[in-house]
Amino acid sequence: MKHVDEFRDPVKAKVLLKEITVIAKELKERLKRPVYIMEVCGGHTHSIFRYGIENMLPETIELIHGPGCPVCVLPMGRVDDCVAIAERDNVIFTTFGDAIRVPGSKKSLLQAKAEGADVRMVYSPMDALSIAKNNPDKEVVFFGLGFETTMPSTALTVLKAEADGINNFSLFCNHITIIPTVKAVLDSPDLQLDGFLGPGHVSMVIGNKPYQFIAEHYNRPVVVAGFEPLDILQSLWMVLKQLQAGEARIENQYNRIVPEEGNKMALEAIAKTFELREFFEWRGLGSIDHSGVQLKAEYAAFDAEKKFIVPAVTIADPKACQCGEVLKGAIKPWQCKVFAKACTPETPLGALMVSSEGSCAAYHQFGGDRLDAVQAKAKLNIPINEARNA
Amino acid sequence: MNIAQETEQEVDSRKRKGKLVSKVITLAHGGGGKAMRDLIDDVFVQAFSNPVLNTLEDQARFHLSDLATEGDRLAMTTDSYVIDPIFFPGGDIGKIAICGTVNDLAVGGAKPLYLTCGMIIEEGMEVNTLRAIVKSMADTAREAGVQIVTGDTKVVEKGSCDKVFINTAGIGVIDKDYHLGADKAQAGDHILVNGYLGDHGAAIMDSRGGMNLSTNIQSDCAPLQGLIQTLLNAAPNTRFIRDATRGGIASVLNEIAEASSCAIQISEQQTPIRQEVIGFCEILGLDPLYLANEGKLVAVVPENEVEAALEAMRGHAFGKDSADIGTILPGGTAGRVHMQTSFGGKRIVDMLIGEQLPRIC
Repeated sequence: MKHVDEFRDPVKAKVLLKEITVIAKELKERLKRPVYIMEVCGGHTHSIFRYGIENMLPETIELIHGPGCPVCVLPMGRVDDCVAIAERDNVIFTTFGDAIRVPGSKKSLLQAKAEGADVRMVYSPMDALSIAKNNPDKEVVFFGLGFETTMPSTALTVLKAEADGINNFSLFCNHITIIPTVKAVLDSPDLQLDGFLGPGHVSMVIGNKPYQFIAEHYNRPVVVAGFEPLDILQSLWMVLKQLQAGEARIENQYNRIVPEEGNKMALEAIAKTFELREFFEWRGLGSIDHSGVQLKAEYAAFDAEKKFIVPAVTIADPKACQCGEVLKGAIKPWQCKVFAKACTPETPLGALMVSSEGSCAAYHQFGGDRLDAVQAKAKLNIPINEARNA
Repeated sequence: MNIAQETEQEVDSRKRKGKLVSKVITLAHGGGGKAMRDLIDDVFVQAFSNPVLNTLEDQARFHLSDLATEGDRLAMTTDSYVIDPIFFPGGDIGKIAICGTVNDLAVGGAKPLYLTCGMIIEEGMEVNTLRAIVKSMADTAREAGVQIVTGDTKVVEKGSCDKVFINTAGIGVIDKDYHLGADKAQAGDHILVNGYLGDHGAAIMDSRGGMNLSTNIQSDCAPLQGLIQTLLNAAPNTRFIRDATRGGIASVLNEIAEASSCAIQISEQQTPIRQEVIGFCEILGLDPLYLANEGKLVAVVPENEVEAALEAMRGHAFGKDSADIGTILPGGTAGRVHMQTSFGGKRIVDMLIGEQLPRIC
């Protein structure tokens, strides 16, 4: 593809991998352990598995697949709320595709649809607004989901609904914001991270400055990365170079897309419509202060949580699930007690197994070789924390 | 008097006069009376006309001796076709209903001969729409060299089905020399495909999604019996053929790996996928290996026949972009399919779980 193929060049990849291998070996000798780098964004996790990047990297680097898949971090109680709204008479519930299969405590939206709820998959919130315009006698609810990447389009849709005087459209807002989340990960006591691949799509909206505290207060390098395989390799190399030089800065590898200051228009739309929630619960991570957003009071007419009564009950994750530990990189997906046993893509217990951006689903689908290596070592009675680096 | 002469006579004596006057299908057209008779005469018999069908008996009758000249085993299959939208770039539900069943017979090495046609029509469908679908079925059947010899029509209340559902069953005869099976694949065999993958799935999603992506992707919907015959003539020791419909090529490869207890490795670089389809999948976060095809097959061919097979396939209209995409490995994890990515990595190609869903971002 024009303008894409150059980011998938295997010859350039080999050159980068050679340099990565040299630096990572040096760092491993210094740290006495592999270098741990977290890709925050689910899109990166998907690309890493899609192109087989994890298998190309030397064992001296370990990628930690972070909490950046909005579908994966959606708590069970919020899915139950979605189902409760969707099952109301006269409601058309609209959602992005991969959110439709996320399990609630009793059922997913897909199951609710099968039982008769009018659940429709859309590609953008504007599609949901069109459905509202075409169905004036129905209440159309859009399941707003995602980080700052998808937040602007939701904000603009609410503003458009207001401008057009649409009164049968509302938003069930589950948008989340990246900075408190990264901070929560960094503050986690069981975490050992050397650097970050910053989320490219989010940064397109918020720019690079918001990550400054990671370098300043936590002394960790962040490289905002694109999603093509060479983007990812180059970003890893940039993180390693900083670590090698003992530096911690915010760098922008994805500068063909990401402006330093972000996207002014998108930020204005977000600021106009949304405000931070005091608390927002994350699947597996618990409540993170000021990590979720809600519609401001002046847009209450478009707020599904105000328009409908929702159960809003906090549902504990299944006890056996270790989504939180996987999200923080404390364990690898295959080390979870239920991975590939009770929890599979066909019968996901945790949301990490649902979306293809979830690290458990990605391992299940793309990562079998590494899993085979781990199981082989387990059979040889090699301790699991050594197997972790297999 | 042979069976054809016999049935021609019966048709003449029947003096069909049925003419459909209504512009839309009503419940009366499924009621068993004159309206239904007119629908069958004017729409179905008119389009599908052949000696076996024209008798309008409750069953189609064939001489066993005629069938026996074609081979030593019968092959039988059935499939139901439910698709939204019913007309799409490159085809329609009628064309698919013929191609799908013809291909299901042909991939087993059978020569497809006779098809049935069961139609469930939603009340309110325009007769002209139905005529267009039936004409497409007749044209495709002619192209595939098969006859539609018996059928059934039901009309259901509005809302009870989505416009029209079609079931076709088919009978074919297998030549005594062909013994294809997924379990016959063995180390060293090559995996061939007959062209660009994922076109049908992308065309349907694009025409369904209303995303205004303005792609020119056309469904690959085609009857493959001719291509398969060409392939089998050139590579008589072909182990297995399967059409890669729902679940895409990834599902077929996994079936082969599982049935033969072998590992398969394919090359991303050698796997033909159109740039438009790759781009479409990138936007929606889909994987083209799992997209449906309606005119693509996967063949497992022994190494010494690969060259001949490819040359023959490329000489056929439905195989000009045929490619050798990978091999059955002598070692590796049994039952597993790998892809060497063009970027230099390696990934697993697993079975699809449920339906592919577009990602959030």
